[in-house]
Amino acid sequence: MPDAHSFGVDPITCYSWNKDQTQLALSVNNNEVQIQNFANGKWSLKNTLTDHTQRVTGIDWASKSNRIVTCAADRNAYVWVQESGKWSPTLVVLGITRAATCVKWSPMENKFAVGSGNRCVAVCSYDKENNWWTSKKIKKPIRSTVTCLDWHPNNYLIACGSTDFKARVYSAYIKEVDEKPAPSNWGTTNNFANLMGEFSSEAGGWVHGISFSASGNHLAWVAHDSSICVVDANHGLKLTIVKTEYLPFMDVIWINESSIIVAGYGCVPMRFNYKDSLTFVGKLDDADSKQQPGKVSAMAQFKAMDSRAATDVETTLNSTHQNTIVQLSVFAGGKERCTKLSSVGTDGQIVIWDIK
Amino acid sequence: MSKNTRNTAFRKVDVDQYGEEVYEEDQTADEGATGPSDAEVQSMLAKGRNGDALQYVLTNAPLTSKNQGVKDKAAQTVLKVLMSLKANEIEGSLKGLDQAKQDTLMKYIYRGFENPSEGSSAQLLVWHDKLFAVTGVGSIVRVLTDRKRV
Repeated sequence: MPDAHSFGVDPITCYSWNKDQTQLALSVNNNEVQIQNFANGKWSLKNTLTDHTQRVTGIDWASKSNRIVTCAADRNAYVWVQESGKWSPTLVVLGITRAATCVKWSPMENKFAVGSGNRCVAVCSYDKENNWWTSKKIKKPIRSTVTCLDWHPNNYLIACGSTDFKARVYSAYIKEVDEKPAPSNWGTTNNFANLMGEFSSEAGGWVHGISFSASGNHLAWVAHDSSICVVDANHGLKLTIVKTEYLPFMDVIWINESSIIVAGYGCVPMRFNYKDSLTFVGKLDDADSKQQPGKVSAMAQFKAMDSRAATDVETTLNSTHQNTIVQLSVFAGGKERCTKLSSVGTDGQIVIWDIK
Repeated sequence: MSKNTRNTAFRKVDVDQYGEEVYEEDQTADEGATGPSDAEVQSMLAKGRNGDALQYVLTNAPLTSKNQGVKDKAAQTVLKVLMSLKANEIEGSLKGLDQAKQDTLMKYIYRGFENPSEGSSAQLLVWHDKLFAVTGVGSIVRVLTDRKRV
């Protein structure tokens, strides 16, 4: 049974778990970041980080180094470090003139990347000499807002999806902080901002979510034309596109090397398997076995018939999430063998799903 | 005063095209796409080969063409085919369509709704209902988001 928790009526815009899932950093569609403690199924608010002046659009919690990076529509990103129970921010000068849309730590947590409406991805690394974070921008040939990004496990390749309907893989190798990269099957040229591949589902639609598999050999993304695309680097960057019959998906995540979970406007996470082609496996939410929440009294039914000429009084959806699912995250098991998955939605709920 | 104060050509320059943030569509125009031939369609309908006529117009849909006239003519041809099939033939003709053609058909159904004529909307609603049962909401989402318009 999925484990659902509600944070109120406001949509949850973005979130990130800490290393052992005992704390959650999230934002409910405003300029604040809440740090909530999760113990024995109960939540308690520990801190509220209020340094951003506009809506927070991305949060990522680095599991090993225990730092949080947040980015917002105020064109800023902050790196938060915890000192004796309090979180203190360091402003990162991104140098963008439009809102930041998403942020992710690299696997080794020595860099992070920020996507922005400025048609670029800013890759930030720590400059020890001057004691601050500097950013380098990947611009060409991104032609519109970057909406989502994900790092390859080798710590220098990055994939980003954009509202110019394309998904791209770039090299984000920064020689001051990275070791010389080994060639991968995504390409051999490793200069910073080198485009390794540009892909698009033919119909086109804003790319909403993108994810590398645990090995980095597969890349999946979902777009607003209700499609799911997978690129296989093991077979010469072969592109597989599936145009689904469902409403568009907002996020995608690999749960092992051959399966993805997608979720979005349909309010129900779905599982697809990938082995040369994408096949639908099933929905995570077992809607049929769900009981109607409480019997509706005869009085309520007649009242509804009288005032609205409707016999159906129910306004709730027959699924755990009552509105669009916005972000998916691994809860247990990592991307290699995920056993639990968490999702948040615009209904203000966070739900933890079991993966069998 | 300088001589060229009467030169007002600068007023006709479109300054918006010079902004660096202008988004340009991918240049994949297919100048050769001329859409389905009206004569072919007429002959197929006359012989009663309605299913074949549907396949033909959907295969030759001028999706990549930039010529609005070609698209309008094709839309009218498709509408003619959609009107000529009887209600009980519709389901059968849908069976032979692959996903790309289903998406194209859904685009034409909505195009047909835009310009209603006598009795067209009722017939199109029957088409919509039957096609929706096969494709689900995905094809309707693609009518709204697909860059290749019909």
